[in-house]
Amino acid sequence: MTAWHLVFGAWLVAATSTLGALFLSDVMQLPPCSLCWYQRIFMFPMAIVLALGLFPFDRRVIRYGLALAIPGWLVAGFHQLLVAGVIPESLEPCRQGIPCSEISIQWMGFITIPTLSLAAFTAVVVLLAAARARSSE
Amino acid sequence: MKKPAKTQPKKKSGTNQNTLFIGAIAVLLLAFIGGKYFYSSSQTGATETDPALMSTLVRPHAMTLGPSTAPVVIVEFFDPACETCAAFYPLVKELMAASPDKIKLVLRYAPFHRGSDAVVAAIEAARRQGKYWQALEALLKSQHGWAPNHTAQMDLAWPFLEGLGLDFAQMRKDMASPEIAQIIAQDLADVRALGVTKTPEYFVNGKPLPSFGYEQLKALVDEALAKAR
Repeated sequence: MTAWHLVFGAWLVAATSTLGALFLSDVMQLPPCSLCWYQRIFMFPMAIVLALGLFPFDRRVIRYGLALAIPGWLVAGFHQLLVAGVIPESLEPCRQGIPCSEISIQWMGFITIPTLSLAAFTAVVVLLAAARARSSE
Repeated sequence: MKKPAKTQPKKKSGTNQNTLFIGAIAVLLLAFIGGKYFYSSSQTGATETDPALMSTLVRPHAMTLGPSTAPVVIVEFFDPACETCAAFYPLVKELMAASPDKIKLVLRYAPFHRGSDAVVAAIEAARRQGKYWQALEALLKSQHGWAPNHTAQMDLAWPFLEGLGLDFAQMRKDMASPEIAQIIAQDLADVRALGVTKTPEYFVNGKPLPSFGYEQLKALVDEALAKAR
């Protein structure tokens, strides 16, 4: 597994998440809450930036990717805790009445949209960190 | 994603990478477009309310105005703390006055603002004393006085209900009753089932507004009136 393949894997996750998020909001018409928007801010650019770093391969893209993936992972983690009820929701001006703690989708009893987001950000961080280790060898 | 043929000598990893990348993009886009097509064909007629949801539009507990046999039924989901709802209330009344006995209004609650559920409970409590419309109108009129910064505060609303002849002690008792809590919970569940995200939301004979606005509401009502004729 080369560094290229690891970055490619991270891009694949980011691109899938981007299209998935667009599918949920534009096709299934589920309105994104404010925390979802922050996760989008960090996820969407990775689908473009990581792809640019693949052709030609530029290992600096790992750094740029991590700069997006780590804050995104933090927001996703926060969101997950909010949905789980660990953090009380008190800071939302969700004008359209979409509280971030609302669960729009639940698959197989435990997979919610924030869970998918957290899983995606975790995968991207892990893949990019591995690429970083591999390319500095 | 297809793997490049094994027989090829490993001359350039670049070609493999290109194939992998382009293949992945193609798969993702196909999945997205296919999914979109599949999803939208399974959701026929977004402009009509799913017949299975029709029963969630009108519940027996909902307050109504106008004859029960009226051919046109407007279901309104509203939040007493919502400014647009207050602004639309007289407009809907006008629509009804323009076609007497032809329109029935069904009021449902969508208390999205913080604190709104207490105000809804107060309206329902006033209803038990036969003062539903008086309380509703007094609250809508005085909205800015008790809903500062989009937060409904029932404590501030009481003075505006004075002079209506309401028994406040009884109201406070009723507001805490499980029956009224049940009404609010039911309305909120229906709000979710029907996908109502903004207030006011109108359904005219089961049809949601194509986009929000008085003109659109009037057009739907006129269309329903024409059909009833």
